[in-house]
Amino acid sequence: MGDWMTVTDSGLSSENKNISQYTSETKMSPSSLYSQQVLCSSIPLSKNVHSFFSAFCTEENIEQSIAYLDQELTTFGFPSLYEESKGKETKRELNIVAVLNCMNELLVLQRKNLLAQENVETQNLKLGSDMDHLQNCYAKLKEQLENSRREMIGLQERDRQLQCKNRNLHQLLKNEKDEVQKLQNIIASRATQYNHDMKRKEREYNKLKERLHQLVMNKKDKKIAMEVLNYVGRADGKRGSWRTGKTEARNEDEMYKILLNDYEYRQKQILMENAELKKVLQQMKKEMISLLSPQKQKPRERADDSTGTVISDVEEDAGELSRESMWDLSCETVREQLTNSIRKQWRILKSHVEKLDNQVSKVHLEGFSDEDMISRQDHEQETEKLELEIQHCKEMIKTQQQLLQQLATACDDDTTSLLRDCYLLEEKERLKEEWSLFKEQKKNFEKERRSFTEAAIRLGLERKAFEEERASWLKQQFLNMTTFDHQNSENVKLFSAFSGSSDRDNPTAHSRPRQKKPHSVSDGSPVCTSKLARSLPASPSTSDFCQTRSCVSEHSGSVSALNVTPEESRPSQAGRECADQKWSVASRPGSQEGCRSGCSLTYTNSHVEKDDLP
Amino acid sequence: MNFSEVFKLSSLLCKFSPDGKYLASCVQYRLVVRDANTLQVVQLYTCLDQIQHIEWSADSLFILCALYKRGLVQVWSLEQPEWHCKIDEGSAGLVASCWSPDGRHILNTTEFHLRITVWSLCTKSVSYIKYPKACQQGELAKAAQKFLKSLAFTRDGRYLALAERRDCRDYVSIFVCSDWQLLRHFDTDTQDLAGIEWAPNGCVLAAWDSCLEYKVLLYSLDGRLLSTYCAYEWSLGIKSVAWSPSSQFLAVGSYDGKVRVLNHVTWKMITEFGHPATINNPKIVVYKEAEKSPPLGLGHLAFLPPRAVAGPLSSPESKYEIAEVPVSLQTLKPAADRANPRIGVGALAFSPDNYFLATRNGDFQVLSLCWHLSGDSLALLGKDHFCLCFLETEEGVGTASGQRGDHT
Repeated sequence: MGDWMTVTDSGLSSENKNISQYTSETKMSPSSLYSQQVLCSSIPLSKNVHSFFSAFCTEENIEQSIAYLDQELTTFGFPSLYEESKGKETKRELNIVAVLNCMNELLVLQRKNLLAQENVETQNLKLGSDMDHLQNCYAKLKEQLENSRREMIGLQERDRQLQCKNRNLHQLLKNEKDEVQKLQNIIASRATQYNHDMKRKEREYNKLKERLHQLVMNKKDKKIAMEVLNYVGRADGKRGSWRTGKTEARNEDEMYKILLNDYEYRQKQILMENAELKKVLQQMKKEMISLLSPQKQKPRERADDSTGTVISDVEEDAGELSRESMWDLSCETVREQLTNSIRKQWRILKSHVEKLDNQVSKVHLEGFSDEDMISRQDHEQETEKLELEIQHCKEMIKTQQQLLQQLATACDDDTTSLLRDCYLLEEKERLKEEWSLFKEQKKNFEKERRSFTEAAIRLGLERKAFEEERASWLKQQFLNMTTFDHQNSENVKLFSAFSGSSDRDNPTAHSRPRQKKPHSVSDGSPVCTSKLARSLPASPSTSDFCQTRSCVSEHSGSVSALNVTPEESRPSQAGRECADQKWSVASRPGSQEGCRSGCSLTYTNSHVEKDDLP
Repeated sequence: MNFSEVFKLSSLLCKFSPDGKYLASCVQYRLVVRDANTLQVVQLYTCLDQIQHIEWSADSLFILCALYKRGLVQVWSLEQPEWHCKIDEGSAGLVASCWSPDGRHILNTTEFHLRITVWSLCTKSVSYIKYPKACQQGELAKAAQKFLKSLAFTRDGRYLALAERRDCRDYVSIFVCSDWQLLRHFDTDTQDLAGIEWAPNGCVLAAWDSCLEYKVLLYSLDGRLLSTYCAYEWSLGIKSVAWSPSSQFLAVGSYDGKVRVLNHVTWKMITEFGHPATINNPKIVVYKEAEKSPPLGLGHLAFLPPRAVAGPLSSPESKYEIAEVPVSLQTLKPAADRANPRIGVGALAFSPDNYFLATRNGDFQVLSLCWHLSGDSLALLGKDHFCLCFLETEEGVGTASGQRGDHT
C-alpha cells in the first residue's frame, strides 16, 4: 500500500507534486496523502496539514470516506466501523464504539510505530557510526599492512646485501687462509733450510774444535813445504817482476782498458744496430709513401687532403734526407722527425687500408667487380682450381707412397723375378757400356788408321825423296872415295844409317803413337773395367809400330837419313827422349829380325813399358 | 755408436787434456795418461796415496793430483816424466785444489776453508788469501768432483774473483792473476753469498745469494754495482746460474721451476721459461721414446723451448716418435720437507752459438748437459743412460738417439 519512502522535509512544500510522483495507485490519491501523513507524524501538525486533513473528508463525501475507512480498517484487521447490519439493504449505522476503539488502536499502533521508528533510527545511527568506525579501522589497517609490507621488502633487501657481504668476507677469509698456509709452507721450508745449515755449521765447528784440540795436543808439527825438482819457466816465457806501486797502477790501467774496450765494443754494436734500424725505417717510409701515392691518384679516392699530406711529406722527406745525409749522428731532432714522419705515414696507410676494407665489403654486398679488385667469383674460381690441384697432388702422393710401400714390403715371386730382371738389367747396362766403348774405340782406330796411312804415304814419299838424296850422296861419296871397299862402306853406312834410321824411326813412330796415346787413353779411361779396355790403348800404337816397322823393314835396304821426319812430326815431346832411349833399346834387337817377331817382342815390351809410362 | 773397451777408473776421475790429445784417468793411486786417439798408455805416474782429484793445466803440460786425505798435491809433467813436484799442506789440511789459468800456480784451499794458498811453480813462492768463502757445490758437478764456487777465474785468465766472508758480511776480492795483487775489494749486499761467476767477456761478475733469498747482483770489473735483480720474495730462490757464451744473456734457474733470462743492456728480465707439467702448445715438438718391449716407463724429450729429460729405458731397441700434443710429462713429486729439495731448475746449459738453452727441472735423472761446440747437438748423461740429441737448426727439429751406457 503505497510507498513507505522517506520523504524529506523539502518535499513537504511541494507535496502535491511529490505525491503525484510517488503514488503508484493514481486512483487512490488519498492513500498517498495518508502515507504521507503517517510518515510525518512526528512533525507537529502545521496549518498545511490541517488543510490537508480537511482535504480528505469534507461534508459532501462523509459516507464515502466512512466506507473507505471501513474498508481500509477491515483490510488491516480492525473490526468494522459499521454496526452489524441486519439486512443487506439497510444503511449501516456508524458504530461509534468501534470507531473509538479503532481510533485507540490506531493511536496505540501509532505510538508503537513511533517507538519502533525511534529504535530503528537509533539503531541506524548506531550502525552508521559503527560502519564509519569500521571503515576507519579498515583504512588504518590497510595502511599498516602497506607499511609492514614495505618494511618487509626493505628488510629482505638488507638481508640480501648482508648475505653478499658475508660471502665476500668468507672468500676473503679463504684467501687469507690460503696465503697464510703458503707463508707457513715457506716458513717451514726456510726453517728446514736454516736447520740444515745450522747443523752443517755445527758439524764443521765441532770438527774445527777437534782439530784444534788435536793440534794443541800434537807436538810434532808437519811441515808445510813444497819440493820441486826444478823450477818451471813461466807460461809466457818472461821473467817475473817485482811488486811495486807501479805494477799496481799498471794493473789498474789494464783493468780500465779492458772495461773501456768492452764498452766501446758494445757501443759500436749498438750504433751499428741503430744505423741499420734507421735505414730500415727510412726504407719503410719510402715504401709506404710509394705505396700510398699512386693509389691516391685514382679518381675513386675521395680524400684529397691525404694526397696533399703525401706530397708535402715527400717534400719534407727530401729535405730530411739531405739533412740526414749531412748529419749521420743521432740528433734528437732528426730522430724525432724520423719517428714522427713514420708514424704519420703509418696512420695514412692504416686509414687507406681501412677504406679499402670498407670498399671490399661494399663490393661484397653490391656484387659487381671492380678493376683493381678481384671479383668474388674469380677469386672463388681460383681457389677452386687450386683446391683441385691440391687434391690431384695429394692423390699422386698417395699413389706414390703406396708404390713405395709395395717395393719396401717383403718380396714374393713377382718381386724376386723383378729383382732378377734387375740383375740382368745391370749386366745389360754394362754390356751396353762396353759396346759403346768398343764402338768409340773402333772409331778411334779408324781415325788413327787413316792418319797412319796418310803418314805412311807421306813417309813413303819422304823416303823416296830421302833415298834419292842418299843415292846422290852415295854417288858423290863413291865418286869421292876411291881407296875404300864399296861393300864395306855401304854395309857400315847401312848399319849406322839403319841404326840411325831405326833410331830416328823410333822417335817418329814413338811420337806418333805418343800423340795418339792421349786420345786413346782418354777414351779408354772412363770405363776401364775389363782388361780389353786397358790393353786397347797399347794396341793402336803397337799396330802403328808394327806398321812403321814393316815400313822400315821394307826400306831396310835403303839408307835414308830421316832428317825430314823431325820437321814433319807433330810438336815433339822433347822431354821424352830418355824414354825414347828405352824404346830404342827395346827395338834394337828386333830391328835385325823379321817384322812379325820384332813386332811381337815390341808388343810385349811396349805392353810392359806402357805401364811404366805415365 | 761404438764403444771402446772398458778401462778401470776410480772415483770418476777421468779428464781429457785441454788440447784434446790426451786422456788422464786415475786408478787408486796411479795416474794413467793415454793418447786420445789410440787410447794407448803414454805415461804412468804413481802417487803416494789415493787420488781424490786431478786437473790438467791450461797448456796441457802438467797434471795436478790432489790427495786430500794426506794433504798433498803432486804435480806431474807430460814433457819430462821424471820431473815431479810435491806440495805438502801439512797440518793445514787440504780441501780443494786447482790450477791458475796460466798453468804455473796452484791454489790450495786448506781445511775448514781457513785460507787459500797460492803456490808458484816458477818461483816456489807462497801467497795466502784469508777468509775465503765455503760456497756450496754446483749441481752439475755432483756426479763429478766437488768444486768450489767461491773462486772464479775470467775466461782469459787475467783476473780471479774470490768470495770472502768476514765479520758476518760477504765480500768479493778481485786479484790480478799475473802477480796476485789485490785489485778490488768490495762488499756484496747479500745475506749469504752462494756463488760468483764471470761473464765470458770478463767484464761483468754475477753474484747470487743463497736459496733463502732470491737475489742476483751484477758487478762490473772495477767493483761497481751495475744492477740487482730479484724475482720474488720469501720462497726458495736461485738454484743455478749460467751465462750465455756471448755474454748477452744471463739465465737464472730457481726453485719455482722457472728460468728467467736477463739481458746485458738493462739487466732486466726479458723472458721467462716455465716447465709446465702438460705441454699444450702445438708449436712444441715432443719426442717420446717408444719401446718395443712391454713399456716400463716412457721417456719424453721436448724441444722448442728445449727441455732435457732422460727417462728409464730397459731394452736397447728403442726409437723416438713424435708424440701428439697435449702431452703430460710424468713427474715425481719429491719430498718438500727436506733441505735443498730436488725441485727447481738445477741445470742450465747454453749452446755455444747462443741459439738454445737446455734446462733440467725437477727430479729428472739427468746428471749433466753438454753441448757440442758446433751447437747442433747435445749430450745428456743420466745415471744409466746416455742420450745424444742432434738438432737441425734451420728447422729447429731434432732427432735423438738413445743408447744404453755402461756403468762405470
